[in-house]
Amino acid sequence: MIRFDRVSKRYPNGREALSDLSLHVAPGEMVFLTGHSGAGKSSLLKLIALIERPSRGQLVVNGQNVGAVPRRKVPAFRRQIGMVFQDHKLLHDRTIFDNVALPLIIAGVGTKEIGKRVRAALDQVGLLGREHSVPLELSTGEQQRVGIARAVVSKPPILIADEPTGNLDPDLSLEVMNIFRRFNEVGVTVLVASHDLHLLEHFPVRRVRLEGGRLREGTAVHTREGRTHFDRAAHGAQAADRVFGEPSTLAPNLLDPRRLLAQDEGAEP
Amino acid sequence: MIVWLTRHLQTLIGSLGRLSQHKLATFLTVLVIGIALALPASLHLLVTNAQKATGGWNRAVDLSVFLKRPSSAEDARRVADRIRQRRDVAAVDLTLADDALKAFRQESGFGAAIDALNENPLPHTLVVRPAAEYTNAPSLESLATDLRALPSVDVVQLDTEWVNRLDAILVAIRRGLILTAAILALGVMVIVGNTIRLDIQNRRAEIEVTKLVGGSDAFVRRPFLYNGVWYGLAGGLVALLITLAAVAALRAPVARIAGLYGSDFRLDPLGLQPSLWLLLGGVALGWLGSYIAATRHLRSIEPT
Repeated sequence: MIRFDRVSKRYPNGREALSDLSLHVAPGEMVFLTGHSGAGKSSLLKLIALIERPSRGQLVVNGQNVGAVPRRKVPAFRRQIGMVFQDHKLLHDRTIFDNVALPLIIAGVGTKEIGKRVRAALDQVGLLGREHSVPLELSTGEQQRVGIARAVVSKPPILIADEPTGNLDPDLSLEVMNIFRRFNEVGVTVLVASHDLHLLEHFPVRRVRLEGGRLREGTAVHTREGRTHFDRAAHGAQAADRVFGEPSTLAPNLLDPRRLLAQDEGAEP
Repeated sequence: MIVWLTRHLQTLIGSLGRLSQHKLATFLTVLVIGIALALPASLHLLVTNAQKATGGWNRAVDLSVFLKRPSSAEDARRVADRIRQRRDVAAVDLTLADDALKAFRQESGFGAAIDALNENPLPHTLVVRPAAEYTNAPSLESLATDLRALPSVDVVQLDTEWVNRLDAILVAIRRGLILTAAILALGVMVIVGNTIRLDIQNRRAEIEVTKLVGGSDAFVRRPFLYNGVWYGLAGGLVALLITLAAVAALRAPVARIAGLYGSDFRLDPLGLQPSLWLLLGGVALGWLGSYIAATRHLRSIEPT
């Protein structure tokens, strides 16, 4: 789905953010991208989203050679990638509904269909009923969930997130990561950059570690004991259930992403 | 197609809503555009009304044709009919020698002296009015030459110098009008462009986000284009109101002056067609100004 082949990224100021990096993320895979700030995590995600272009090497995303995408095709390219940002990047003068609807409006989806899909996406992140609020009326965690709803509303095959939990407390971070995990379970390729190693320990997911722009592949799967241990230490015994319990126990109004993604045009969720 | 139309309509209304959120700034911009558009519109008003006041320029370029003496009234009528058939002639007024003498006797007070003459010294006179599209100097000159060549024609009077002057004045006024209109049109585009540029700067974050989620340049540009259209339309309306107000204010004094000169001249407001052109021009300039500004400045805003 995403294949880096000896990719380097050097910025105009001479700093080399990525050096000779090769990485393959399979379709439907979920990968955590870790490393200190400045290790190149953001640069790597920016290359995938075509915000930056590789200086050397080849990057193929969803079958397309990123280097060969002309400027006018960039918007269409980006529409197949859902992006989540640390600072949410919501439009503060618009309602939650309008924020989440933006990718659909861009894609030219019909008004009725937009309403249906926006509500389904908000339902996904547990914010159904808040459509008419504006972002500033929501907590940081809720804003981040709006950002996720916007990223997934157009059902992109790839979801990337840059420090999505950077501003969230541990509980909210777990909740947000769980949302990503559930999208991955229904087949979305997910790539999450985070420096929060403790948080990532909760999830049995492949990790890729960046150091100074180079790759240090990490361990793939953690044992449940490890996570539970951490949970007990950090949040008490209940936390483990909250992380891995059914979505309904995590937050009663969170629905299964399958219903969003399997939803065909016209089928009411 | 319906989706596309709906989307455009939503953007159109949306941009109107956004403009109404910044009432003062929008009002000032519209006012400046309106004043800029009102100037050429007022100049146009001036020219059309001046034309009307002088009874139309055509009147001033009539040719006086004096027939040879002696000739019968029959002959005179035949010549008049012949001239009337020309393509470059709009009308021919025939004054027979006897009628002219009668009028002269009444108006001049030389009644007794005229009675002393044993024959009418006046010739038959034709006043030839050229067709409107032939009122320029070369056409008039060639018309006069043709008339002079007629066997029964004695003298053709045409004040070409005066026509030339009139021509020159008309050309100058029209050119001035075009020049003013062009400069002010450029001004309107710059005003709209600059307003859009500031708007783009203020909405930088929004533009970045829209581009991040896959909005194309055209999509991002669209609301700004509609903004420009609204500015232009509102500016055109303001210009229309300004000219209406000017005409309303000047109407009574001008009518008074005309009355003192024994004329029933009335100042006319801008007609329907020029008014529509004014609005259309405002819309076109607004669109063009915002198009140039948006295309230029939106390109440089890329998400980082």
